[in-house]
Amino acid sequence: MNLDTLLQQRPDVWRGGRASAATATVSSGFDELDALLAGGWPQGALTELIMPRQGIGALRLLTPALARLSREKRWICWVAPPHIPYAPALSSAGVDLSRVLLVHPRARQDGLWAVEQSLRSGNCGAVLAWPALEDSVILRRLQLAAEAGDAIGFLFRSRRCVRRPSPAALRLQLESGTDGRLSVSILKRRGGRAAGTVQVDTSLQHGSLALHSPAPTAPGYTQPHWQ
Amino acid sequence: MIRDDGRRARVLFCNAGAEQCGIRTGMSLAAARVLTGKLLVHGMDNKAVHEALRGLADWAYQFSSRVSLYPPYALFLEVQGSLSLFGGRTALLKSVRSGLVALGYEARLAAAPTPLAAFSLARCGSGRVVEARHELAAALAPLPILVLDWVPALLERLEGMGVRRLGDLLRLPRDGLARRLGQQSLLYLDRMLGRCPHPLAPYQPAPAFRRRLPLAAEVEQAQALLFVLQRLVLELCGWLQGRGAGVQIFTVCLLHRERCDTRLRIGMRRAGRDAGQFTALLREHLQGLVLQQPVIAVELQAVQPVRLDDRSMDLFRSADVQERIDLLDCLRARLGEEAVQGISAVAEHRPEYAWSYSEPGRSRSDSREQIRPLWLLAVPRPLETREGRPYWHGCLRLQAGRERIESGWWDGRDVARDYFVATSPSGSRYWIYRELSGERRWYLQGVFE
Repeated sequence: MNLDTLLQQRPDVWRGGRASAATATVSSGFDELDALLAGGWPQGALTELIMPRQGIGALRLLTPALARLSREKRWICWVAPPHIPYAPALSSAGVDLSRVLLVHPRARQDGLWAVEQSLRSGNCGAVLAWPALEDSVILRRLQLAAEAGDAIGFLFRSRRCVRRPSPAALRLQLESGTDGRLSVSILKRRGGRAAGTVQVDTSLQHGSLALHSPAPTAPGYTQPHWQ
Repeated sequence: MIRDDGRRARVLFCNAGAEQCGIRTGMSLAAARVLTGKLLVHGMDNKAVHEALRGLADWAYQFSSRVSLYPPYALFLEVQGSLSLFGGRTALLKSVRSGLVALGYEARLAAAPTPLAAFSLARCGSGRVVEARHELAAALAPLPILVLDWVPALLERLEGMGVRRLGDLLRLPRDGLARRLGQQSLLYLDRMLGRCPHPLAPYQPAPAFRRRLPLAAEVEQAQALLFVLQRLVLELCGWLQGRGAGVQIFTVCLLHRERCDTRLRIGMRRAGRDAGQFTALLREHLQGLVLQQPVIAVELQAVQPVRLDDRSMDLFRSADVQERIDLLDCLRARLGEEAVQGISAVAEHRPEYAWSYSEPGRSRSDSREQIRPLWLLAVPRPLETREGRPYWHGCLRLQAGRERIESGWWDGRDVARDYFVATSPSGSRYWIYRELSGERRWYLQGVFE
């Protein structure tokens, strides 16, 4: 066995400047993003989503893929989400709610354990987690677990993590772009060019957001004066 | 190990070291003491042995529907009917042996056309097999007469007659034997050789599974209990297998010297009898457990076994081909039942009641097209206003379109609100509402993540 074949068998070893054999991906549901990611979200790997704050639409970037994965009868596992994933919104985004699993661990260690178990189990299509400033040893364990269980591990992280080394197969930086769009930049992509930015219009994916709701017009209602 | 039957203590079992000194099974204790001064003697605890034997009989039910106890330390399994099921005599013996080893027992196994022949063969060593009845006499002939389960006095009388092996005994004329040894002994030989039937009372398996295992030494680390508990789990799974049953819940009781027992309840999503799965769940339960006091004994109990036919077992297996242990069970084992939930949509106008936790895998969906955020705050957060505008990380700008929600007066939790999508200066989008009554305050209830 030569070094080359050895390296081929180690998807966790990143090889600069060469595109490795095509890794399995799940379409993100956004054409421009799929083009940037050479197919979509890498399967059996960690994807880090680094964002400045909440509310910029990071989850909406995932819902088309989550909807697809939820039809494959594997769990979409949310470990210690910062808020309640709102069932009506997930449902209208096409996610099969019966495949959604919420895990609320009491301690941080239990949370990491739950993420690793879920990734490794082979029962989860995707695992969503919000890890704090974990070191690369822990992330490496999670990356290996994702490979073992063929799951996509989505890690939502704060901007403070940008400069930290990470074994994740894909690292994306998210910013709110123009016209309510989401700006997605590649910080690292295994086996590919670590550059490129696209503007993704996540609102289009959700008909509900583009729609204007049929607000009941109540008599006597006055518009707030500052509108 | 000796058995003291009142008159003379005899060696029942001895280890390899004792054998090297020349000590043999059946030898009197006095004779053994002559051979070595460093003898460690244990009396046999008949009650404990009998209990262990009953436990093994329950376990052995998975291999045979006819199990009989032959106290103090033998079990008979009628296996003719099970041979095809287990792939032949050799394969069956192998399964039984590896099962016993896993349970922590050292056993001698033998197979023969009659129970007593198998018993005699087993006493001389393990793994002996006699297939046909006409081969019995020849196979038994070289065995020493000590293999017979007869009183020592009788065996001594035989030795006095110069009878050392079964072959010598079987060559003696029948009427002479009957006169010298009694009709009972003759019947024993006839049964052993299959000349007359040997009725055995079938063992009635225990209706419930509950096993207690005292620990040789007190255990202070919960994880260290896994090893002994694993043994009980194997017994449980054998017992379940024998009954064609499975359990969804089993309990483990850790007994302390003074404090109340520590009880663990291990539940699964569906009934099963996979020892690997049970052990893995147990491991998770023990991992998070801090013992207040050392454990002196453990007990395992099956809760309401249910029938589980092999067909449904196969269906489960093919469905869960990737998972030996269910993820849900694993997570719940360590984090607790309530820490792992599913979510469901609820047909309800009030946003905070339009969803609920549900048993994972059982959810209702909602196909209504409405503007709803992916994050809902557990409790709506009151927003301050600046210059008349709601403020949250900057003054919020309302997007066009409001949704009025008025509902719930009938249950006292009435709601009258106007909902808006609001954008912060940095571009985050929130779901906020203004109360239509009272102070008409603004609240943040969701985040469009």
